[in-house]
Amino acid sequence: MARVFMKGCEAIAEAAVRAGCRFFAGYPITPQNEIPEYFARRMPEVGGIFVQGESEVASINMVYGAGSTGTRSMTSSSSCGISLKSEGISYCASARIPMVFANISRGGPGVGSIHPAQQDYLQATKASGNGGFEMLVFAPSTVQEAIDMTYNAFEYAQRDRNPVLILCDGVIGTMMEPVKLPEMKTDEEVAAFKEGNKEWACIGHGKDVKRSWIEPGHWRGQEDANIEAAAMYETWDKDVQVEEYLVEDAQIVIAAYGISARVAKSAIDILRKEGIKVGLIRPITVHPFPYHSFEKLDYSRVKAILDVEMSIPAQLIYDVKLGVNNRCPIETCLRSGGQIMSRDAVLDAVRKLNEK
Amino acid sequence: MEKVYSRTTGIREDMVNGFCPGCMHSTIIKLIGEVLDEMDIMDKAVGVLGIGCCGLHMEYMTYDNTTAPHGRACAVATGIKRANPDSLVYTYQGDGDFASIGLGESVSAANRGENITVIFVNNGIYGMTGGQMAPTTLFGMKASTAPKGRIAEEHGYPMHMCEILNQLTAPAYLERTSCNTPANVMKTKKAIRKAFENQLNGKGFSMVEIISNCPTNWGVEPLDSLTFIEEKMLPEYPLGVIRDK
Ligand SMILES: Cc1ncc(C[n+]2csc(CCOP(=O)(O)OP(=O)(O)O)c2C)c(N)n1
Ligand code: SF4
Ligand SMILES: [Mg+2]
Repeated sequence: MARVFMKGCEAIAEAAVRAGCRFFAGYPITPQNEIPEYFARRMPEVGGIFVQGESEVASINMVYGAGSTGTRSMTSSSSCGISLKSEGISYCASARIPMVFANISRGGPGVGSIHPAQQDYLQATKASGNGGFEMLVFAPSTVQEAIDMTYNAFEYAQRDRNPVLILCDGVIGTMMEPVKLPEMKTDEEVAAFKEGNKEWACIGHGKDVKRSWIEPGHWRGQEDANIEAAAMYETWDKDVQVEEYLVEDAQIVIAAYGISARVAKSAIDILRKEGIKVGLIRPITVHPFPYHSFEKLDYSRVKAILDVEMSIPAQLIYDVKLGVNNRCPIETCLRSGGQIMSRDAVLDAVRKLNEK
Repeated sequence: MEKVYSRTTGIREDMVNGFCPGCMHSTIIKLIGEVLDEMDIMDKAVGVLGIGCCGLHMEYMTYDNTTAPHGRACAVATGIKRANPDSLVYTYQGDGDFASIGLGESVSAANRGENITVIFVNNGIYGMTGGQMAPTTLFGMKASTAPKGRIAEEHGYPMHMCEILNQLTAPAYLERTSCNTPANVMKTKKAIRKAFENQLNGKGFSMVEIISNCPTNWGVEPLDSLTFIEEKMLPEYPLGVIRDK
């Protein structure tokens, strides 16, 4: 298939449409406005529904409703807007509604800045709402990856009947890159997805058909539902994705995801030419986290880990620490509040570490 | 012998409902079930329950239903109806749910003329959480968070949702009824039927506001709650069709 030149946000929306997403509701917030705008144009072409919700709260609840009918559904927002969605995300997890949402994240806390950041890591990976539910969380570092992750996210959401999050920083969301788009699901396939969900969908079955009970955490069954969900989360080890770049002989290992990882990777190519043995561990799924990649490192060789992220204070570092388990020092290279990680900052940080 | 009355198939026979004795929620959900039976649309119906005492009957219903986060029923119903237009989608919400925390979702869905039905149960109080003040609490009416009773200077005025929504162009049908007398029960049933018919005919947003009771948190006997409705609630919330287009 030919390559096309696309902006991250629009590519995410097109990937969703191609995956069979036929309902989107969202509320404007920079830097993700191109997602709802794209769906507004695109959905009528494929017989899908776009609604501009009156708020993030309304939008996630529309998706909760549409997802409840077995229709592939999506919403998106950025940082403070994601906070507003958190109650609805928790309801979707509780009611086991498959849906996909994207956080094109910006600076924070509060309204923060409209510029790219990675300051929602802990919220995304540990608690996107009350009650201790979990989700698969994918963090793209290229527009192509954002496309592939979004496309596949609908399959994971369907498989687990659970929300899936694309945690995408504002750089990937707003940059343009040449990409290959995945196959468009046919109308028949899209209809079959919905039909396949009929068993549990809330669409009106009538008295003679199995009663559909989508019960967002009613107290009688709540513990059973939680035990069932926890068992499902336990099966996710197989879904862990990670990129290990030049780690085999590395004495310094960078830990980074999303755009920071991409910047770090370009720094590594320069540093390797200077003879510095540096590599990268890039979590692709940030939840579940690839702890194993850090656990299996040979710490007689690895002198230090450098945690590179666009968050002050650092957040990814908590998961890195769990994997490293005190076996070597962990240093940081951080930006925040909408300041983008620069290659020079990574180069400097690694050179300094190398001199130690 | 001719059968003149039978139990609605919308309610399970083997369960006891969760409402307090004398609570009109029981009457209203029975009416909804009867209308669904009479219109023969039980196999299309999806109830979206708000959070509040309305949720006490979720297990007791025999047809599809889901629960919205507190106040968000109109948004959830929007999603269900748009994604599955063949369903008959209604919300069932209390006054705290519809007129306080969910005001934005309620007004916005009405303003879009969303083709859904709202059954709005106004008992002037937060029943489920133990009698706190609602936007619909009457002047002088005591609530656990307004121990001296509602006063305009501090709490503002009782909110008239039918009249507020009547300022919008889109809604098709707005009627206020009650269940305090047999005649009013029959009128409520008629209004629910009309609101469902509107949805099937694609007319758009319809709402029936039902002036209801909460003997438990009003601190009165169920029979006295009927007098309270007649003497206090109805003068503030006059019954009738506010919009029918
Ligand atoms: C987000 C959120 N806030 C608060 C509550 C607690 N809560 C449950 S029911 C309710 C009030 C219900 O009152 P109303 O809507 O009038 O229904 P009623 O019980 O009177 O029928 C509140 C505040 C909640 N469940 N969720
Ligand atoms: S608390 Fe009030 S509204 Fe709730 S069931 Fe009891 S009487 Fe009805
Ligand atoms: Mg109430």
